[in-house]
Amino acid sequence: MDLWNIFDTEWIPVGTWVESALQWVVVNFRFIFQAIKVPFDLVLTALEDGLTQAPDLLVLAIIILIAWQAGGRKLGLIAAACMTAIGLMGAWEESMTTLSIVLTCVVFCSLIGIPLGVIAAKRDRFWMVLQPLLDLMQTIPSFVYLVPIVMLFSIGNVSGVIVTFIYALPPVVRLTNLGIRQVRPDMVEAARAFGASNRQTLYKVELPLAMPTIMAGVNQTIMMALSMVVVSSMISVTGLGQMVLRGIGRLDMGLATVGGLGIVFLAIVIDRVSQSFGTSSRARNHQKWYETGPVGAVRTLVRK
Amino acid sequence: MSEAQIECRDLWKIYGKRSDEAMKAVLTEGLSKDEVRDRFGCVLGVRNASFSVSKGEIFCIMGLSGSGKSTLVRHVNRLIEPTSGEIHVAGRRVDTMAEDALRQLRAETIGMVFQHMALWPHRTLGENVGFGLEVRGVALPERRKSAEAALAAMELSGWIDHYPDQLSGGMQQRVGLARALAADPEILLMDEPFSALDPLIRRQLQDQFLNLSTHMDKTTLFITHDLDEAIRMGDHIAIMNDGEIVQIGTPEEIVTNPVDDYVADFVKGISRVSLVRAETIMEPMNGRAHTPKHVRTDAELGEIIDNFMDDQSPVTVVDPEKAPVGLITIKAALTALRG
Ligand SMILES: Nc1ncnc2c1ncn2[C@@H]1O[C@H](COP(=O)(O)OP(=O)(O)OP(=O)(O)O)[C@@H](O)[C@H]1O
Ligand SMILES: [Mg+2]
Repeated sequence: MDLWNIFDTEWIPVGTWVESALQWVVVNFRFIFQAIKVPFDLVLTALEDGLTQAPDLLVLAIIILIAWQAGGRKLGLIAAACMTAIGLMGAWEESMTTLSIVLTCVVFCSLIGIPLGVIAAKRDRFWMVLQPLLDLMQTIPSFVYLVPIVMLFSIGNVSGVIVTFIYALPPVVRLTNLGIRQVRPDMVEAARAFGASNRQTLYKVELPLAMPTIMAGVNQTIMMALSMVVVSSMISVTGLGQMVLRGIGRLDMGLATVGGLGIVFLAIVIDRVSQSFGTSSRARNHQKWYETGPVGAVRTLVRK
Repeated sequence: MSEAQIECRDLWKIYGKRSDEAMKAVLTEGLSKDEVRDRFGCVLGVRNASFSVSKGEIFCIMGLSGSGKSTLVRHVNRLIEPTSGEIHVAGRRVDTMAEDALRQLRAETIGMVFQHMALWPHRTLGENVGFGLEVRGVALPERRKSAEAALAAMELSGWIDHYPDQLSGGMQQRVGLARALAADPEILLMDEPFSALDPLIRRQLQDQFLNLSTHMDKTTLFITHDLDEAIRMGDHIAIMNDGEIVQIGTPEEIVTNPVDDYVADFVKGISRVSLVRAETIMEPMNGRAHTPKHVRTDAELGEIIDNFMDDQSPVTVVDPEKAPVGLITIKAALTALRG
């Protein structure tokens, strides 16, 4: 053995260990991971079927109406322009697939991330354990966990949602935690002083006051999910990401550009709409959401 | 005292992780607030406080910033857990009360007003004022009715569907008061309710509150750092220093008879004209002839001084049966005025 070049030998076979551990998990516990897929699969299939099978123009109209409702007429126009552009470029079908993946991911990130954030805000010890985990989820390059994800969940759109979920979960947890912790203590104290239980304090005072911050977290989560679109297409996730990937593979600049532009336009629309959901009614002159936008217009028409 | 509505006995509060240790050390070695902080990293919030408030009175707690006033009142509805001591409210023991009973007590028996209003900005005034009823599961129409009534009592009717940030500071504090009164509680805890307001509005709200409390027979614990306010509002005043209650008494007792330099410092600039009464400064008759000028035993210093305007001979103090009980010389009156 050459003592001067001891590192030629692999002394600690980390790779082999991980591999055999993973093999063992795959052989013995695959059913668990298949079960985890079920809820993701259900939501994703429902959304995807809805968005791709409905007439394109109907979907377009609904998106525009939602944007108008959320952020006023101007946002409605932006949404109309972006979505029409995607459609005219011939990327409509793919963008609907991507949209349904992103939305599924947001649904699960919110369902799991907001409660986690609330618990973290209430219990310092839990937060101390959770924090490094979140750091890990955000800093491990997503390429690294593509392989185990594929082995455990196999390839396809549902696995794509799961990869995206892992990557996009941290911001909503972090900002929910932050939002709840930042609620003015005397607001909480006042609720308790008037006889509210912990649960009532949470639902009636803390969550509503933390909502703008929580929605900023959801918005961040959405943006992270969108940024995973191309990466996740490597495990055969369809949609705009795949257009880009195929374009790169075949050196087809046109295809890659269409996919890329599609992602940008979609991102603009989703970002703006989710941001406007976050502005509180206080910032909108105390108008309730149903007093503005298309719903407000319909309501005033009906009243007359 | 059987009619005590609020009573605290030997109440201690030490903030911090090592409060039990710190408590032992304070009891055995009599450490000061600063020593406790340096040795245990704990803050002595309240030190051995005992007081009782009888039904219908306004009991003022005053002291400098950081003297533990807020900490003390928060024990009454147990927003803060005492380190040791007993708390009795409306005949029930609060410090050992179960969670459910405690919530009911807070919702039904105790109303609270906060220094910085603490109105919830995402709720309309109606929803703010009706909160106590809401958490008890009262139906919306009934909630709204009592919110309307409480707002009307504070001259805010018509604002029920507006939001706190659409109101001026004085109006917001009236909403805070309405919120505390909405469930018609027997007891009010007021933590510097008027401190954040400018003097004019403050005066107006003080009057409004005094007027209200004489009509409604509430028992009030009123915190302030302003002695003028304490004297105006309080039937009794407790003065706190570094977590300790150093003196409890009527406004007159506090002003005429401060127990130590700390209290004396507080009362230095206070006008005694309407505080000092004839019976506290009169001298015994000791067989002296009684003079034609006379005042009742409860006459204020101002009235006594008026009697010296034209002629400076002593004034006779008479009891309600018109029998002379004492004399006041001009010297005694002027000494009392100077303090
Ligand atoms: N949550 C807490 N944790 C630790 N120490 C506290 C806490 N709340 C108050 N204290 C300490 O207790 C002491 C009394 O505070 P408290 O708020 O009761 O004073 P205060 O008399 O109400 O003052 P102010 O007039 O400024 O409101 C202070 O020294 C403060 O540092
Ligand atoms: Mg205070």
